[in-house]
Amino acid sequence: MRRCLDYLAKVWALVHKEMLTLVKDPANRTLLIVPALMQALLYGYGATYDLTNVPYAVLDQSRGAASTELLARLDGTGVFHRVATLTSSGQLAGVIDRSEALVVISIPSDFEERVAAGQQAPLQVILDGRNSSTAGSAASYVSSIVASYNQSLGNVSSIAVVSRSWFNPNLESRWNMMPGLIASLSLIQTLMLAALSVAREREQGTFDQLLVTPFTPLQILIGKAVPSILVGLLQSTIIFLIILFWFKIPMNGSVWLLYLALFTFTTASVGIGLSISAVALNMQQAMLYTFMLIMPFMLLSGLLTPVRNMPEALQMLTYANPLRFGIDTVRRIYLEGAGLGDIAFNFIPLLAVAIITLPLAAWLFRNRLA
Amino acid sequence: MNETPTVVVQNLCKAFVGPDGKRFAAIDHVSMAVRAGELTALVGPDGAGKTTLIRMMAGLLKPDSGSLQVLGIDVAAHPQSVQDRISYMPQRFGLYEDLSVQENLDLYADLHGVPQEQRHERFTRMLDMTDLARFTERPAGKLSGGMKQKLGLACTLVRSPDLLILDEPSVGVDPLSRRDLWKIVQQLVDEEQLSVIVSTAYMDEAERCGRVVVFNHGRLLADGSPGTLRQRARGMTYTASPPQGTPARELQARLIDRPDLIIDAVPRGGNVRFIRRAEEDEPRLKDVLRDAPYEPRPEELEDAFMMLLRQQEGEKGATKPSGEAPSIAVNGRQDQPVIVVRDLVRKFGDFTAVASTSFEVIRGEIFGLLGPNGAGKTTTFRMLCGLLPATSGYLEVAGRNLRTARAEARGRIGYVSQKFALYGNLSVRENLEFFGGAYGLRGQTLKERIAASLEQFDLDPSAQSGILPPGYKQRLAMATGLLHQPDILFLDEPTSGIDPLARRAFWRTITALAKGGVTIVITTHFMEEAEYCDRIAIQDAGKMLALGTPQQVREQTAASGAQDMNSAFIAIVEQGRAQREIAANSI
Amino acid sequence: MNTSGFTTRLVALTRKEMRQMLRDRSNLIVGLLLPVVLILLFGYGLSFDVKDARVTVVLEDGSPAARHAVAGLQGSPYFAPVWVRTMDEAERLMQEDKTDAILYVPGDFSRQQAAGLGRVQLLLNGVDSTTASTIEGYVSGALSRQGGQQGDRLGNKSAGVASVVIVQRTWFNEPGESTWFFVPGLIVLVMTLIGAFLTSLLIAREWERGTLESLFVTPVRSLELVLAKLAPYTLVGAIDLAMCLLSAKYLFRVPMLGSLWVIVVSSMLYLLVSLALGLFISGATKNQFAASQMALLASFMPAMMLSGFIFDLRNVPVVIQGVSYLLPATHFMSLIKTLFMAGDIWPDILRSCAVLSLYALVLIAATCGKLRKTLDETT
Repeated sequence: MRRCLDYLAKVWALVHKEMLTLVKDPANRTLLIVPALMQALLYGYGATYDLTNVPYAVLDQSRGAASTELLARLDGTGVFHRVATLTSSGQLAGVIDRSEALVVISIPSDFEERVAAGQQAPLQVILDGRNSSTAGSAASYVSSIVASYNQSLGNVSSIAVVSRSWFNPNLESRWNMMPGLIASLSLIQTLMLAALSVAREREQGTFDQLLVTPFTPLQILIGKAVPSILVGLLQSTIIFLIILFWFKIPMNGSVWLLYLALFTFTTASVGIGLSISAVALNMQQAMLYTFMLIMPFMLLSGLLTPVRNMPEALQMLTYANPLRFGIDTVRRIYLEGAGLGDIAFNFIPLLAVAIITLPLAAWLFRNRLA
Repeated sequence: MNETPTVVVQNLCKAFVGPDGKRFAAIDHVSMAVRAGELTALVGPDGAGKTTLIRMMAGLLKPDSGSLQVLGIDVAAHPQSVQDRISYMPQRFGLYEDLSVQENLDLYADLHGVPQEQRHERFTRMLDMTDLARFTERPAGKLSGGMKQKLGLACTLVRSPDLLILDEPSVGVDPLSRRDLWKIVQQLVDEEQLSVIVSTAYMDEAERCGRVVVFNHGRLLADGSPGTLRQRARGMTYTASPPQGTPARELQARLIDRPDLIIDAVPRGGNVRFIRRAEEDEPRLKDVLRDAPYEPRPEELEDAFMMLLRQQEGEKGATKPSGEAPSIAVNGRQDQPVIVVRDLVRKFGDFTAVASTSFEVIRGEIFGLLGPNGAGKTTTFRMLCGLLPATSGYLEVAGRNLRTARAEARGRIGYVSQKFALYGNLSVRENLEFFGGAYGLRGQTLKERIAASLEQFDLDPSAQSGILPPGYKQRLAMATGLLHQPDILFLDEPTSGIDPLARRAFWRTITALAKGGVTIVITTHFMEEAEYCDRIAIQDAGKMLALGTPQQVREQTAASGAQDMNSAFIAIVEQGRAQREIAANSI
Repeated sequence: MNTSGFTTRLVALTRKEMRQMLRDRSNLIVGLLLPVVLILLFGYGLSFDVKDARVTVVLEDGSPAARHAVAGLQGSPYFAPVWVRTMDEAERLMQEDKTDAILYVPGDFSRQQAAGLGRVQLLLNGVDSTTASTIEGYVSGALSRQGGQQGDRLGNKSAGVASVVIVQRTWFNEPGESTWFFVPGLIVLVMTLIGAFLTSLLIAREWERGTLESLFVTPVRSLELVLAKLAPYTLVGAIDLAMCLLSAKYLFRVPMLGSLWVIVVSSMLYLLVSLALGLFISGATKNQFAASQMALLASFMPAMMLSGFIFDLRNVPVVIQGVSYLLPATHFMSLIKTLFMAGDIWPDILRSCAVLSLYALVLIAATCGKLRKTLDETT
């Protein structure tokens, strides 16, 4: 009992010291909270695939009732905004080149007659493909409007697809992005914090002082890991609260499970960070190695593009990426309300990373060649 | 010769905002002039304002008021025109550690616009004087501390400046390199009539200068030639010999603990040198000297300096009486060795840093590890502390091998590193609390120990550690190293960069600790400090050159006529190097 | 003294920076290896193109009509359909994240279809909203084609009813390949990270190691220090640019409609902005810890998330657009995409280059200001 208390007291001394060095400097305190807050808001609004504003131009050479009706439907969406009404096909290139319009709808002069005659009436849609995903979304938007117009003309397919979306009824990309940001944004700073922690002590000479004390490598490891994990969880909480109360995305899962997942994820990231830190000769190297890892972690995480769209080989690589499982787990708990049983598999790679990197870091603290 | 002064300082003031938010004067109404073609030393304890003054001369800081003319130019108005003409070597010279010696030289030659045709001659001369010619391809980071400092000087001197400013060039530099550095400076003064301003903590260096200016707390205390300054101590300086069988440091401790009678006392060459207070007459000295015989000796610059400082400081900074030093419960016999080193070897690749070294340290002993920079002391030291594994050999500290021993074994040693290695952004109390916790102290015990430490070392618990003056940083480092009452204390150049006053206080604590049974292992570049040790070892090129009491080591070089430790050290190292060269040539 | 002194010093300092850069391997790893990794990841790894969508089909109606209705899912590269018997089973798959969508064909489907309109239900996993919308489009497309054929067979008169058909043309990227817009964006990202990661510690490190104090008391001018620090990394950036352009042309075969020299010149201009931003962060923070955090937060993440690289700025609230247009990356992003896919559109080129030049000048001037030769602020 006494030994146990002694042990905890020592670890506490180290944790306490680490926390103090982190929060004493007002600039540091700001750095721990403000970026998470700012980024959650900026990217919450900024990182969206949803079309909200499609500027379009019209070249209506038929000027009949049919074309007016169709364009009215387009305008009625609230997403399409007419920015120009063209008079000749010569003007067409200009509006797209200058990025004034994303879409140009060109209605041929015989459009009205063809519709009236019950024939197929071609409608030309020209898209600015410089951002292929926006162009694709705009195209399917236009075709759904045209399809409903066709229905109104009496064109009926014999099959109606009634679709309903689970977990995200309006298919808003923010719902997908924001829970992913909980994991990604906290990863960046925790990884960096952990990576710099030992490197900084080495550079300032305090690490030797630490090594001559009776701390065991395990104690140093816990002392170094706990504050970084807490910072990671703090940042996750800030983002989580913004999502819940500012963006009002409903949380379906258990908060406890969410924190269990975040804790596991953050521990794995801190393990990687501390391993970098133990290897790096100085702060500059620690930082560069961190960057070197953060980029692939982010890109191969499924935050921006789904993991399943990647080639097989790269998909295999993502198993070593804690962020992939961090994002996936958080999204599923948050949006799907997944239970522990549903996501148990995701814990395996995260725990594996933690189990490999943490002891490695502890070993490296003392055994790294001078 | 040109008789216009190189630097004219009039009523100069510069204040900084302290860590507590209050302004304090770093330079307080100082007026002085520096003559051309002369060596001028700025001396004074930490926080005297030397560095601030030097930085103002170099145009790096702007004065608050008063005027400062360098080479006839108003520095504050035209810093660049001054910087174009002077050479300046800051305390930490900015060598690029990843560049080689030659590349560092080339860089500074280019920056100073030294014409190509002059370079060859100048570089050869500089490399020759600094003895770096063999290492031109080596990265500066791989040089020893002394060589780095010489390279820094060489880089500053790639061209002949109108004024050379050196800020504490010899801090952390061994006696040989220090001698070399001064040789270079002296030579340039003699041959090129160079004007030099140098700040230093070594009085023997100040003594070489034509002019010495003493500062304390931003004020100018005295200004004159070493000869005139020395006069102040005339008739008050003595040497006392300790009775047979007692170490000189015990007599020294007795003397320095009587500040009412004695201004200063230091062990030297087996005896104790001291200065009496002017107002006290000789008979009263008997009280404290008891049966120790003493006789007057000629005064030195250091004596005058100590007197000046003590006068201004009053009793502040004086050492606490020895009674308060922590006494350690000593277990076991007195003569039992607590450190055993046998055939210790450490190699880095094919470079042998420490070659087959053996020694023992017994309980309660003060053991000094001396040697030039890069001699392998630090490597030996780091192995003893368990920071570095030995390549081969036997190593035992407090009965265990620290590297492999469980953490508790490390709990019995204390360690004070060379650089300040505590957490700079934590307060004094927070640092103490952390290291106390690290050694398993908590609750009431921890509180009491911290309170005792703060008292003993006169520390302000709420001060931020990183911005303490060097002397106080050193006290804090000592306080942390001693908090858990270790059996063995390792001190790696603890006194480098701190002033004589603080050094006296430091050694008073050390001798008290040793008396209480703590074993002390210490490295230092101040050879006179070796006099405090029971035994010393001198290392060079990884080999042990001498081992024994200071007396024995001095006697080893008696033939070469070495009087003090400094010359004995130089003689031993040079002898060792000569033998190595012979051995190398004969192969 | 003046101009010749300037060049000698500049050359000397540049040589010094170059050597320091070359001697630290971590610099080269980030400067040269990371771009290669990014080129490969962006070129091959990132894609919005959904293939083999996991659709679980619950066919409660075993009739030929029902089978025919969902036949379109099979044999398509877009779908990897899984057949299960009950809805419970399917919902479990969805819960376990083993399927992206459930297509439910109720027992009375064929009866309803015979009566005119058969209804099927499509349940999507909305967590990945982009994939979900894509699948929705695919499935309704596939089913309505089948439905149309079926309807014809059942005798629905399709003749005589007018229908509008879309003739779609996507300019600049006819195949709609995401690689085409990822790769130009990649150039922006690589140029950004060279600046952010490599230069952001340069000045901070010299402050911390005390090397600046010695340099200050020489004839060196702040501008020389700044220019010398920019030079070697400009070279690294140029190598990276060459790698990006070569891989764009030969590996990914992304069209480059604009002239090469305009692409190169504008990229180098942006590189300069990005390096100067890194240096400015370094000079302003004076400590490596803060500088590295700032660099990561201020350059790379915004360049990826807010520059219009992946997320179209048109969909973003006005305030956020305002923030985006403060970023130099946004201006370069729109320019480089135009140059690659649309060609030399001079008004765009001139406007963006003017903005970038302004940034470069302001940042370099500000960095020089931070390197004023004084220690007054630090002590």
